[in-house]
Amino acid sequence: MESIRARGTTKLQGRTVGFRILVAKPGLDGHDRGAKTVARALAEAGMEVIYTGIRQTPEMIVSTAIQEDVDMVGLSCLSGAHNTLFRHVIDLLRKGGAGQIPVVVGGSIPMMDAKELKEYGVAEVFGPGTSTKDIVAWVKARLAPEGSQERPVIPAT
Amino acid sequence: MGSDNNLERLKCEWEQNSVRPSLEHGENKGIICTSSGIEVSPLYTPLDLERIGFDYIRDVGFPGKFPFTRGKEPLGYREKPWLMLQYAGYGDAEETNKRYRYLLSQGAGGFSVALDLPTQLGLDSDDPLAEGEIGKVGVPIDSLLDMETLFDGIPLNKPQQISTTANAISPIWLAMLIALAEKQGVPLDECRFRIQNDVLKEFIARGLYIFPPEPSLSLSTDVIAYCAENYPHWSPLTVCGYHIREAGANAAQEIAFAIADLIAYVDDSIRKNVNLEILLQSLTVLFTCGIDFFEEIAKFRALRRLWARTLQERYSISDPDLLSFNILSFSAGSTLTAQQPLNNIVRVAIEVLASALAGCDYIHASSMDEALCTPTENSVKMSLRTQQIIANETGVRRTVDPLAGSYFVESLTTELEGRAKDYLHSILEMGGTIRAIESGYFQKELSKSAYELNRQIEEGDRVLVGVNQYVEEEEPLCELLRVDPILEDKQKRKLNKLREGRHNAAVRESLGRVRKAAQSQVNVVPSILEAVKAYATVGEICATLREVYGEHKSEGYY
Repeated sequence: MESIRARGTTKLQGRTVGFRILVAKPGLDGHDRGAKTVARALAEAGMEVIYTGIRQTPEMIVSTAIQEDVDMVGLSCLSGAHNTLFRHVIDLLRKGGAGQIPVVVGGSIPMMDAKELKEYGVAEVFGPGTSTKDIVAWVKARLAPEGSQERPVIPAT
Repeated sequence: MGSDNNLERLKCEWEQNSVRPSLEHGENKGIICTSSGIEVSPLYTPLDLERIGFDYIRDVGFPGKFPFTRGKEPLGYREKPWLMLQYAGYGDAEETNKRYRYLLSQGAGGFSVALDLPTQLGLDSDDPLAEGEIGKVGVPIDSLLDMETLFDGIPLNKPQQISTTANAISPIWLAMLIALAEKQGVPLDECRFRIQNDVLKEFIARGLYIFPPEPSLSLSTDVIAYCAENYPHWSPLTVCGYHIREAGANAAQEIAFAIADLIAYVDDSIRKNVNLEILLQSLTVLFTCGIDFFEEIAKFRALRRLWARTLQERYSISDPDLLSFNILSFSAGSTLTAQQPLNNIVRVAIEVLASALAGCDYIHASSMDEALCTPTENSVKMSLRTQQIIANETGVRRTVDPLAGSYFVESLTTELEGRAKDYLHSILEMGGTIRAIESGYFQKELSKSAYELNRQIEEGDRVLVGVNQYVEEEEPLCELLRVDPILEDKQKRKLNKLREGRHNAAVRESLGRVRKAAQSQVNVVPSILEAVKAYATVGEICATLREVYGEHKSEGYY
């Protein structure tokens, strides 16, 4: 799958196409093997995934999330700047009235930081070695909780 | 030949009697195939060498001689072991200086300066984009003032080698080294500097580019040209397969993409009239060493051979013995797990052993806690001791290239060389590395192979101890290195003070000369050297170059 979606490109027809997820790399870290693997796994599970490439500022990420009306934001950082950058994204989402969008994160995040980030408002932390199957299952469960009807999913092409 | 017919018959018999039943019981892919997807037979015999047309003199030869399959050094490690390097830098220049002094006191031969991301991207510590990144993956260097602190009490000619991950900013780093050596009063010809300066792999894999590919390449070859002319014994180019492999490439792609990069540097250096002999003799190659033991050993042997053969063919080098280079093997960060981190000590030991069996010239051992944080002093010491044990206790240094002639290793070496040659051919057909970067070829190839490898782990085809098998509930590692958040402010204050105290008119004038050099396409190193000596910052010099060259933006492929 060689999809590219630049920020702010075509909006798809409403929410009937399944979940729309923004995968983003805040900060200066260029290691995006993990982010791309997760993006691809979510897309193969039928979700629409927007990956905006490396070196995004928290402002850029939040503006994409709001413009694209995403269901969830996934952030990845391996440079150790996660505490500052993830919190900044959450602050800006809240400020932009989009605090309800769940933010999940991954990368090299020590357990102590993971706990604090969750207290701050991160919905889940997926550390190194997490299976993409677990991530897909978690995302589906979170976006379509038990009892509610899961939105129809169109398989990715 | 009668004896071969006999061997063929005996092998058939052996297969019928012993192999079939076990093969039919469905071995998993991780057992049959290497990490790069090369299928391995259960047994190798002289018949396999015959099949590949193996010729000892042509394909292997002697160490120190073309095609260098057996290594660069005629006597391998008998005279001295490989150079043991450590990559280090965090917090600020003062903290890092303490780590360097410690490493030297523990017997490290040299070190590689880890620069933080803002520095590698030409941003000063007070740049808004540097938020949260200062001192995290390396040391922040804003100006010559930080260099003075970084090497306080360490004359630049003391370590056997000082290297750096300066790529997009390599002319500035070169200028910093020269300016500091002059300040320290150290003779420049006694220093052994190695500058990574491989900016092309930043576009392919690592992401730390600043300017578009063409001017970036030109900055790299400015560094090569300047060193070839003034300091021919330094190593101004380390071509990196490491980051390409870590981003998901297989072993054959690691070889091919690195050689394709090298060709781009050599072609551009020839355009700038660089003495090709000096360039070739100063080359270093940085490759990963992963855990797929025999494939990695074969990879290093195939790399040396394909490199020598490709360059010989392409540039008609009169003395083929020039076609060797130093290999720096860096144990693969991607093989380290956050789970059960003590297991990483074993992984690193195996990777160092493979590197030594493959005759690598410099070896860097990673630390057990690297999947979680910048390594602590204790874990760095552990990895240095790992190298020292392998070099001194195992006997690995007694003979050169001890696995040469192995039916299996020679077959694998030839297979990898062939696969790499095919990839290289495709890139050259596309018009070379720059064109392949522009078309997104590398990024797509890497995403594809990274995803496939991850799938194999998740399907259980490949076992990762502590991750998909032998999993246990565990306590978090208690000792983790934390960069004190105060250091970020301290660094910003230091920078402010510098801007107030220096001769700002001289800085502006020197930056004007940098701009002029970049615009008129002459070598930028002399003007950058003057700017560095005037205490212009890395961010100011890069901002000047950005005005001339523009910035590169890449798209998010996955």
